Amino acid sequence: MRILRHFVTIALLTAAILSVVLPLPGQNNSHLLTAAEAQGSTLTIYSGRSEELVGPIIEQFQADTGIAVEVRYGSTSNMALTILEEGANTEADVFFAQDAGALGLLAKDGVLETLPAYILDSVEPRFRSADGLWVGITGRARVVTYNTDALSEADLPASLLDFTDPAWQGRLGFAPTNASFLSHLTALRVAGGDDAARAFLQGLLDNEARQYENNVAAVAAVAAGEIDAALVNHYYMYRVLAETPGAPLASYYFPGDDIGNLVNVAWAAIVASSDAKPLAQQFIAYLLSRTAQTYFAEATYEYPLLLGMDADARLRPLAEIETPDVDLSDLDDLEATVNLLEEMLNN
Amino acid sequence: MTRSSLFETRRVLLLVCLPLTGLLLLPTAYLMARAGEVGLTEAADYLTRSGTLRIMGRSALLVAATAGASVLIGVPAAWLTVRTDLRGRRWWTILLAVPLVIPSYVGAFALVGALGPRGMLQGALEPLGVERLPSIYGFWGAWLAITLFSYPYVFLSARAGLMQIDPALEEASATLGRSGLATFRHVTLPQLAPSILAGALLVALYTLSDFGAVSIMQYNVFTRAIYLRLSLNLDLAALLSLVLVAFTVALLAVSARAERRTYPATGRTHRAPRRVALGRWQWAAVAFCAAVVALALVAPLGVMAYWLVNGVQHGETLRDVFAPLQRSLRAAAVAAGVSGLLALPFVFLQVRYPGGLSRLIARAAYVGYALPGVVVALSLVFLGARSLNVLNDLLGLDGYRSFALLIAAYVVRFLAQAIGPARTALLQVNPHLEESGLLLGRGRARVFATVTLPLMRSGVAAGVALVFLTVMKELPVTLLLAPSGYDTLATRIWSASSEAFYARAAAPALVLVALSALSLMYVLEPDD
Repeated sequence: MRILRHFVTIALLTAAILSVVLPLPGQNNSHLLTAAEAQGSTLTIYSGRSEELVGPIIEQFQADTGIAVEVRYGSTSNMALTILEEGANTEADVFFAQDAGALGLLAKDGVLETLPAYILDSVEPRFRSADGLWVGITGRARVVTYNTDALSEADLPASLLDFTDPAWQGRLGFAPTNASFLSHLTALRVAGGDDAARAFLQGLLDNEARQYENNVAAVAAVAAGEIDAALVNHYYMYRVLAETPGAPLASYYFPGDDIGNLVNVAWAAIVASSDAKPLAQQFIAYLLSRTAQTYFAEATYEYPLLLGMDADARLRPLAEIETPDVDLSDLDDLEATVNLLEEMLNN
Repeated sequence: MTRSSLFETRRVLLLVCLPLTGLLLLPTAYLMARAGEVGLTEAADYLTRSGTLRIMGRSALLVAATAGASVLIGVPAAWLTVRTDLRGRRWWTILLAVPLVIPSYVGAFALVGALGPRGMLQGALEPLGVERLPSIYGFWGAWLAITLFSYPYVFLSARAGLMQIDPALEEASATLGRSGLATFRHVTLPQLAPSILAGALLVALYTLSDFGAVSIMQYNVFTRAIYLRLSLNLDLAALLSLVLVAFTVALLAVSARAERRTYPATGRTHRAPRRVALGRWQWAAVAFCAAVVALALVAPLGVMAYWLVNGVQHGETLRDVFAPLQRSLRAAAVAAGVSGLLALPFVFLQVRYPGGLSRLIARAAYVGYALPGVVVALSLVFLGARSLNVLNDLLGLDGYRSFALLIAAYVVRFLAQAIGPARTALLQVNPHLEESGLLLGRGRARVFATVTLPLMRSGVAAGVALVFLTVMKELPVTLLLAPSGYDTLATRIWSASSEAFYARAAAPALVLVALSALSLMYVLEPDD
């Protein structure tokens, strides 16, 4: 009898849970197309940027404009692939991407809509698409974050390419499969050719540079003293410092317009099949408003790209960073980079 | 029982299973179509490159190592909690099962924090002059992380198996003068083997599909190649995923072959087996369980608790976790319940009506499980957006995503977990009992409900528990297919940890573990 009782308990439990849940499809009733929605008054954003980073400003946008917004979060490449797989049926009106590398997936075949001039003109030309398909929202500088117990600024090399020097044996970390590094490697290919990129990567591997999954893990390893320095984006250090104020961390920019000083962008674009293009424009314009740009500067430690805006006081001002002569649009040539990386990592 | 009624039942089972099999194979069919866009020579060239072959070899090595280690942890743990007078065995049962709910990227990251070259352990040893621990990265780290967070597959499955075994045979062996160890080896183990194999198979397939642990531990295996390709397009990633499907089919064949040499127990008495008195081994048994729980549960929880406290002290604001918790529980409970129900016709067809077709149907369930979640999710995105959209437009719904689609996706991903333990449970039910029921004039369904199901319940419950725990932590399918705004504990953890907001990741992670432990108490039957 006890056996039966247990079974009945489980069955009842399942039934109870099911009954709680079954009304859920009814949740869709709230998604029933109202007349307003049919005319496109709900904005759907596919965000390759994490909710932790952009959730608050999207909520602020809703509060300020009264526009209903739905957001889907995921990694930038997964969100880009989702838009491609959904094709013309995609719900996305706006794509908000973390990294220039994803341009290769979308900035072709008419997936993106041309942006109006007033949006494009609010940032420097080096941070927007030449053909108007995307606009940079915030800047993400590639830097060397180092452990101040192990190194001082004078110990760091004059060029990114000098990290292939055997003196750096076992002391450097990087995140080879991370989108930011892939973009940086693409920049190196664009500026110096495939052979230069190959030689650089080979040098890192010969030096047994530690490979991390992402920037976060690499910065954590620097803070722990596992490695002396890592090739990462500038803002992770500030987030670690916010939670662990005494962490022995500092960041280094290379002198001049070294290839190490690439400033990548988080960017936004309008999806061509959108049925809410005016709202999409309004949203992107909002991201480039003083309100949103101040938010990014203060909450995510990224570089605001709106002309005339200042970054966090601890950061080297954007105007003082000489970025290498690489067009961010050219970073869409990711395929050769991935082939190169794969060939070198797997051998 | 007449021949015609036999075939009648088979027809009904096929009627249920065939459409479901179609659903389970949809992602694979789509991947074949996408992989077809890669030219034949390009595909052959890519797959036979030395680099590609090397990562395939690494994947195979890791699969063997994690499956083996999981058996070495899971089987003794199951035996101790089911068959001995281990102190606090009810608690150990829950504690030993819960590590399954820890997302591998969180667990691996916490392990690095605890055991890394300059981790917490090194910090504790620093006064002794230890500057740096041996590197955890690479094969050993990946092996450790995956084993620690997936041995519960073997543990739960072996537990269910042990509870089905008729103690009479063991007692007969003891009466005939065999020692306890000899009895275990020659009587218990052969009967338990199908359960162990089912669990080890799940570990092996999980290892194939894992991305989080291997990438944090920097061990370059097949899934990393797939993810890297996904930053370009789906075509080559689809081709590589199909190689994983081939691996899966091979593993299933190996496991089926191994199973043929075992003797599934038949029949179950309602009498509980006599518990082995551990005597002076008691402390060793407790130490074993404690060591496993310390590494697989306490270490990650400790690291997360540290992040939480540290972050809160420095003014980090935490977000409400109640709503995502509710969504996680809802999705996991429904997916587990549905999978448990759907597993029944599958295993019944496979065990009671063996044959080519039923074998094929049974294997279809495992294919979705070995594929990386994001690949399954992307194929359902394609199919959903192009087919369901038409339907939903007619119904006046916005978009193709719904709770029902999400559950369907979970079932495609995880049905195998419900099938494994349920199947071994049914193998252990003596068909003569069912036949007696039929001869006494009861209907097929009635016999199933009153005879078969109660006898296989521990296996079904174990399967339901497995699906529940894995859906609680599931990420890629949830991100891509959940209705807008349906964020769960797992998506919250990912969102915060991927951006180095550790404190914000820790709160939902701790809630995830605590609530999963509580829920398990309902699913895992008290055994005494």
